[in-house]
Amino acid sequence: MKYDLVVIGAGPAGMSAAIKAASHGATVAIVDENPAAGGKLLGQLYKEPKTGWWIGREVAKSLEEKVKRLGIDYFPENEVWAIFPQWKVLLNHGEELHTDYILLATGAAEKAIPVPGWTIPGVMSIGAAQVLNNFHRVNPGKRIAIIGIDALSLTVANELKLSGAQVIGIYLPPPDDFLDRISNPQQMIAYLSSLADAAPNHFLKFAGKVTQNEFIQKVSAAFYPYRGMKIWGIPLFLRKSILEIEGDKQAEQIKIAKISRDGLPEMESVKTIQVDCVCISGGLYPLSELASAAGCEFAYINELGGHIPLHSQEMETTQTGIFVAGNITGIEGAKIAMAQGELAGTVVSDRLGLLKSGTAIIKKAQARVEKARENALIKFQPDIEKGRELAVQFWDERT
Amino acid sequence: MRIKKHPILGKLEEKEINITFNGREFAALEGESIAAALLANHIRILSYTEKRQEPRGIYCGIGHCYECRVTVDGERSVRACITTVKDGMRIESQGESPK
Ligand SMILES: Cc1cc2nc3c(=O)[nH]c(=O)nc-3n(C[C@H](O)[C@H](O)[C@H](O)COP(=O)(O)OP(=O)(O)OC[C@H]3O[C@@H](n4cnc5c(N)ncnc54)[C@H](O)[C@@H]3O)c2cc1C
Ligand code: FES
Repeated sequence: MKYDLVVIGAGPAGMSAAIKAASHGATVAIVDENPAAGGKLLGQLYKEPKTGWWIGREVAKSLEEKVKRLGIDYFPENEVWAIFPQWKVLLNHGEELHTDYILLATGAAEKAIPVPGWTIPGVMSIGAAQVLNNFHRVNPGKRIAIIGIDALSLTVANELKLSGAQVIGIYLPPPDDFLDRISNPQQMIAYLSSLADAAPNHFLKFAGKVTQNEFIQKVSAAFYPYRGMKIWGIPLFLRKSILEIEGDKQAEQIKIAKISRDGLPEMESVKTIQVDCVCISGGLYPLSELASAAGCEFAYINELGGHIPLHSQEMETTQTGIFVAGNITGIEGAKIAMAQGELAGTVVSDRLGLLKSGTAIIKKAQARVEKARENALIKFQPDIEKGRELAVQFWDERT
Repeated sequence: MRIKKHPILGKLEEKEINITFNGREFAALEGESIAAALLANHIRILSYTEKRQEPRGIYCGIGHCYECRVTVDGERSVRACITTVKDGMRIESQGESPK
């Protein structure tokens, strides 16, 4: 089959791009390995200060309806496993899609924290817990502990509690040189206060609650109470680590230890606590294997979450005709992904000769990405602006 | 484990269907993943590792880690987290449980 544009990934970025291009008259296909359209939208649920509850599955449903209405060919439960030049997209069930333009909107994946016992059933990534809880409506456990303190784990903790599960605490990972950034109480305080500074909103006020507490800010993490501080009634432990998860057939208990001023576990303080589920939040990284397989050039930009395909301000990679949008370009929220998708869809429409005053329309779409970024409610990466500047710089240096 | 009533998302209204897991019959809801249906029935172990027969269950929930492999209607290594249940589906855990 031959298309103007093949979009890989039916998350907010991919669907928005497909809708934009198809509404300008392009023939579009969209492929996703998941049976449900929406990508990471499916599990999202939180209250926004102005517009009320953001219910990701409903946003996903309305995007999917538009995709269908516009006659876009949608291939759910199909994994793209190869891309060949100019351009041929191969799906795992044998289908071949031929196309002039490709959009890679494969989103993000989660980093693991290999705590001893992390493979026991009942231990899962925070994202798995989010999808089970908010999309499938099954509590991942009744007594849940969370390892890893970040914007996502705090959001999901609140969602779990909202649905009736008991979250017994959010803890640091075990101290480890490789994990220092996320296992050291001092660095955690700095991170939380950067979140609070970055978010002029109500969602991350809790981080403010912790870090704007002058006492703690002044005297540093060493004086953060061992018993934790409660956020939405959930204890947040910046001075306790989960050292190990135990259980024969499934997670039954965790071993926790107090963390000293210098970030070391105090072994005499080790305690065992009963749980039936442990969620691990190790942070997100852009999922970009396909871009690499297609020969796109990359840069490592820590502020964006990892290796990202270099791309122009029009979202095109170093491979002519291959575009990117959404979390593959850096870890940010859903609304930014949607704006990026619309931008990419607009640029592709222009390349196809479907727009009259393309340049002006593209400019507007670019401005909408910036606007979405300014208004972002959840910041996954504290220095995202710097990351974006670096991405532009790397691109310019190259050309 | 099912969240029948949710303060924001409302009531669960999906239709009930039947699946079997290792020969036993269980209720599932239309549209959910195999992994979600089994967890709702308190089943966490989806497979056992080949060499050491260690139990494994859902980890990533989005099709990346392959820890949730099950056999579905005779087809091996189907990912339970991204496969939707169907009425009458026969699911089996993969690998051998320790004796
Ligand atoms: C666990 C988790 C929780 C998050 N929670 C929030 C939140 O609460 N709020 C928020 O604003 N943001 C959240 N995010 C950030 C989230 O990534 C963005 O909000 C947004 O969903 C990114 O959109 P996207 O379209 O780039 O990618 P995604 O939404 O990730 O969609 C990518 C899609 O591509 C598909 N795909 C990937 N590779 C292939 C392939 N080879 N073949 C076929 N299909 C493929 C995937 O199945 C997926 O459906 C979260 C991210 C993660 C990982
Ligand atoms: S849980 Fe990771 S692939 Fe299914």
